[in-house]
Amino acid sequence: MIDFIRSLGRWGLDTLQRLGSGHLFLWYMVKGIPEVLLRFSLVIQQLQSVGVRSVMIILVSGLFVGMVLGLQGYNTLVDFGAEESLGVLVSLSLVRELGPVVSALLFAGRAGSALTAEIGLMKSTEQLSGMEMMAVDPIRRIIAPRFVAGIISMPLLAAIFSAVGIFGGFIVGYGLLGVDDGAFWSQMQVKTDWYDDVLNGVIKSIVFGVVVTWIALFEGYDASPTSEGVGRATTRTVVHSAFAILGLDFVLTALMFGEI
Amino acid sequence: MPLIKIRDLHFYRGDRAIFDGVNIDIHRGKITAIMGPSGTGKTTLLRLIGGQLRPDSGTIEVDGQDVHKLSHAGLYELRKRMGMLFQSGALLTDISVFDNVAFPLREHTDLPESMIRDLVLMKLQAVGLRNARDLMPAELSGGMARRVALARAVTLDPMMVMYDEPFTGQDPISMGTIVNLIHRLNDAMGLTSIIVSHDVMETTEIADVIYLLSAGKVIESGSPVQLRRSSSQWVQQFIQGLPDGPVPFHFPGVDFADDLLSSEVSA
Ligand SMILES: Nc1ncnc2c1ncn2[C@@H]1O[C@H](COP(=O)(O)OP(=O)(O)OP(=O)(O)O)[C@@H](O)[C@H]1O
Ligand SMILES: [Mg+2]
Repeated sequence: MIDFIRSLGRWGLDTLQRLGSGHLFLWYMVKGIPEVLLRFSLVIQQLQSVGVRSVMIILVSGLFVGMVLGLQGYNTLVDFGAEESLGVLVSLSLVRELGPVVSALLFAGRAGSALTAEIGLMKSTEQLSGMEMMAVDPIRRIIAPRFVAGIISMPLLAAIFSAVGIFGGFIVGYGLLGVDDGAFWSQMQVKTDWYDDVLNGVIKSIVFGVVVTWIALFEGYDASPTSEGVGRATTRTVVHSAFAILGLDFVLTALMFGEI
Repeated sequence: MPLIKIRDLHFYRGDRAIFDGVNIDIHRGKITAIMGPSGTGKTTLLRLIGGQLRPDSGTIEVDGQDVHKLSHAGLYELRKRMGMLFQSGALLTDISVFDNVAFPLREHTDLPESMIRDLVLMKLQAVGLRNARDLMPAELSGGMARRVALARAVTLDPMMVMYDEPFTGQDPISMGTIVNLIHRLNDAMGLTSIIVSHDVMETTEIADVIYLLSAGKVIESGSPVQLRRSSSQWVQQFIQGLPDGPVPFHFPGVDFADDLLSSEVSA
């Protein structure tokens, strides 16, 4: 019993300590941002590896998610004779929820895990301390550009996801199920609001971008410098990111759309 | 006044004292060697000097500044004037040999690319790897990687260089070259050099002063000649590499016989 309490206490302290160092880490990253913006070539390199390389998985997943939405939405709407509203259903689901959330989950799996592994490996091969001894602060030189690239990439990827998804929904609705295409697009245009829907979706995806990239970079930087440690950190990135995305999504949705 | 002044240094890893009251002076323009059995904390000492680790007590002054009282910016300013050759090389794996050596220049100076090229090629020439400049670090052998790291450590023309095991993994020819190079850098550029090494022969050849460390203390210090004449059994054993004597070869802990006789089976 005493042992149990003791290990509970230790776990609590460790968690608190990691939370503390995680926030400190965020602060250092943020402090490094102005310098990074002046040397934007560093960010562009990272946009390539963090953002561009995630485009394929986003395109494919977005298309299929949109197609499934088209099918499921049609089956429900047709009972009420409201299949003309398929466009609204598809676009609102994507722009408000699925676009930001699913693309952030994919981003965590594709880019987040890669970031953690990269930074963790750089740490375990002493590249980061080597840099420190060359008077180059790794947080500014290595971490901050990746952070900025992640924040820029995420909303763009979410936008691509939603656009492709709407197109997928249209293919299914118009091509397969015979929904009127004029009604599909015009209802979508009328009912999807720039501020309430699109802007809120963008805000969500920026928040997710910050959180996922932060988690991924911190896990890599904090990984114990062994192959096992880097492996564990990579797993943690994906798991913690998923929790963070889904939890934050609830909070943000409640704030934006719920009448709370 | 010495360039580096270490006073009453204490440093612990867990409960184990790595340094237990160490005093070291490193004089300007001299080559100072730090020697001692594997695992005594030589690398740790260099990291303490570079400000990557904090002592539990005691002070380390470099060029009159207490390393561990400096601000972040102050520490980075000081590090620009320190070169360090890591035991593992610590090259950046995603850029070429050339870019690795150019890295400190590009980060800290506004030199035009043509001048950077000349400087880098000069440094690479000195370690015999000018024609390996387009290789990636993964394509280098261990000894080559270390020579690239050596070239990188001196690109900014620092006031001092810390070499962690510069001779390991070198064939006799490149070993000779590196010994010469360290010597030449030291004399021609007025560098202060700290060498951590096990290679008694090479080290005694170029070192002006040697510190022998063991069990957290400085066991002996002095010029190579003084050490060779030392009456201490410990020093003689270490310098001559004799298997028997007072220098512990084993990591401290339970006696071997007790270990074999004990019935405790680790899970
Ligand atoms: N990260 C660490 N955590 C815990 N203990 C460590 C760590 N790094 C080193 N040590 C311990 O500190 C001691 C000194 O290590 P250090 O690397 O300084 O030895 P060294 O003298 O450079 O040895 P070598 O000649 O083999 O390179 C070792 O006994 C090691 O067990
Ligand atoms: Mg060492």
